[in-house]
Amino acid sequence: MFTIVRDLARQNMEFLCGLLLFAVIVGLIVVSYFSPYSATDIYLLPPDMPPDGEYWLGTTSRGQDVFWQLTTALRNTLFFGIGVAFISRIISLVVGLVAGYAGGAVDRVLMAINDSVMVIPQFPLLILFYFVLKDSMTWTALILIMASLGWSYDARLIRSVAISLKTRSFTTQSVYSGMSMRKILIEEHLPYVLPIVFATTMNNMIWSIGMEITLSVLGFTDIETPTMGMMIYWANAHSALISGIWWWVAAPVAVIVVLFLALFLLSMSMNEYNDPRSRLNRMGS
Amino acid sequence: MTSYLIFVLKRFGQFLLVVFLGVTITFFVTHLTPIDPVEESIGAITQMGQSDPNAIELMRQSLRELYGMEGSIWQQYLNFWLRLATGDLGPSLSAFPTPVSTIILRSLPWTIGLMTVSTLITFVLGNAIGALAGYYRKDMVLKAVSLVFIALLPIPYYILAFVLLIVFGYLWPVLPINGGYEMNANLDLSFALVLDILKHSILPALSLIMVGTGSWLIGMRALVSNIITEDYVVFAELGGVPKRKILRSYIARNAMVPQFTGLAMSLGAIFNGTVITEIVFGYPGIGNLLIEAVHAGDYSLVLGLSALSIVGVAAAVFIIDILSPLIDPRIKVE
Repeated sequence: MFTIVRDLARQNMEFLCGLLLFAVIVGLIVVSYFSPYSATDIYLLPPDMPPDGEYWLGTTSRGQDVFWQLTTALRNTLFFGIGVAFISRIISLVVGLVAGYAGGAVDRVLMAINDSVMVIPQFPLLILFYFVLKDSMTWTALILIMASLGWSYDARLIRSVAISLKTRSFTTQSVYSGMSMRKILIEEHLPYVLPIVFATTMNNMIWSIGMEITLSVLGFTDIETPTMGMMIYWANAHSALISGIWWWVAAPVAVIVVLFLALFLLSMSMNEYNDPRSRLNRMGS
Repeated sequence: MTSYLIFVLKRFGQFLLVVFLGVTITFFVTHLTPIDPVEESIGAITQMGQSDPNAIELMRQSLRELYGMEGSIWQQYLNFWLRLATGDLGPSLSAFPTPVSTIILRSLPWTIGLMTVSTLITFVLGNAIGALAGYYRKDMVLKAVSLVFIALLPIPYYILAFVLLIVFGYLWPVLPINGGYEMNANLDLSFALVLDILKHSILPALSLIMVGTGSWLIGMRALVSNIITEDYVVFAELGGVPKRKILRSYIARNAMVPQFTGLAMSLGAIFNGTVITEIVFGYPGIGNLLIEAVHAGDYSLVLGLSALSIVGVAAAVFIIDILSPLIDPRIKVE
């Protein structure tokens, strides 16, 4: 694992940039634990202060420090993304590996469900869930809903690898030596698909965090927990841009762009690493 | 030909399954909640000032009928399907008693128009730049253009649309930033109206194009750079076939096939994109309608829109899927 990271950082500029940007994000999250104010308290500080030595990124119209609120919001947003990615990875691994290995009717049933989930329009569905749940729409509920919508594409990807793994001789050998299907999938096949799982994790986080921001900005989530989308929601609600409190909007937007750039660069370079042909291309040039 | 027919039938089965699952999810999500939608809606309406007891009782009855307060949940489920099949989605609550289907039909052309045009532009632009960038690897201009589109990819849609609004709404106000046409426009068909509608669609379409082009570009570029190393391309280059012709007939044509399949898959995502676009730019399509319905607590309109979007997306994917073997005979018709 460590050698892979070292090789990638050496040969691949995108990976290095992504890693550095991600380090900035992690740094901000670590800092969030030292926040002197609670991110949910309002009217603690003089409102609408522009960035200066005391309030590094200014204060909001609700009397909050933008910098400290930003770090906590970033932490919540990232944890949200990781939560969705983690649960949906488990679903896509189980579906992909089982469908690829079992084949036949099991495969057909699983893929029929898979393809259906793939094309169902997610955004109207998420709004429908909010519409029904309203105040019971907690972050845990949203994580579960997003996870159950976000596994299908990657399950297909894993299935295609699992099908080719099934035809390899080591699988046949495991079958003849009496290993159970569960054991073959976990001990023999799982290590082969893990690199793909890592790359898809980044994509899944990009997707889920993007959804979170959009839903929150529109006010379709639990608006009391500070997240990146929530900061923009409150800034919009106080028409921050029109009244010239630009730092309230600019700070979260800038951090969002850094976060997404980091995830995107990491996912792109890992995808390339997984594809030996493009890896050779790079070494050749 | 018979194998193609079997393929179409299989895909049709898939289409039915998607519709079935989608509508079932929509139904049970709205029915298995602890909240009573009927009393919620009645409460919302009485709060808005409607207090004629007869009208409310009528509404309560029609709502009960709509949300399955009558009979077992399976009976209600069956009734829901029957109504859906006949296109009767019940009356809207916020615009009682206009039928939901009438309201949706009013907004649908806007969404379909915006979606089709921007999808086609995105598809053509992304594939063209991708193919060129994959073939002429050393060209600096192509590299720069690709980089711009790829850099736009990871930015959440809302943020990008927001930037466009600030730039064209406040910094350099040349384009209308809200709505589908001028507020007091004369809605009779005229050249001025068409021009006005086009002008209002530029920013929403531009934002969709900016977001969507990058992924086509990356896909196409990867496909082309893989095909370049194929024997027949190397052979054609050694044989002195003009580069332009190699790119057009040898490479691009073969690389287009998976891209067409991708077009079907992306339609679902594009639908999501359109909803957000319409909200940000106040475009009068079904996305905006959905948000208004949510804010107004219009249960039947939300239910109708969700069902419609599922059926619409599934149908679009189905059509593109059964067309793709006709575009390229190499696609295996299983």
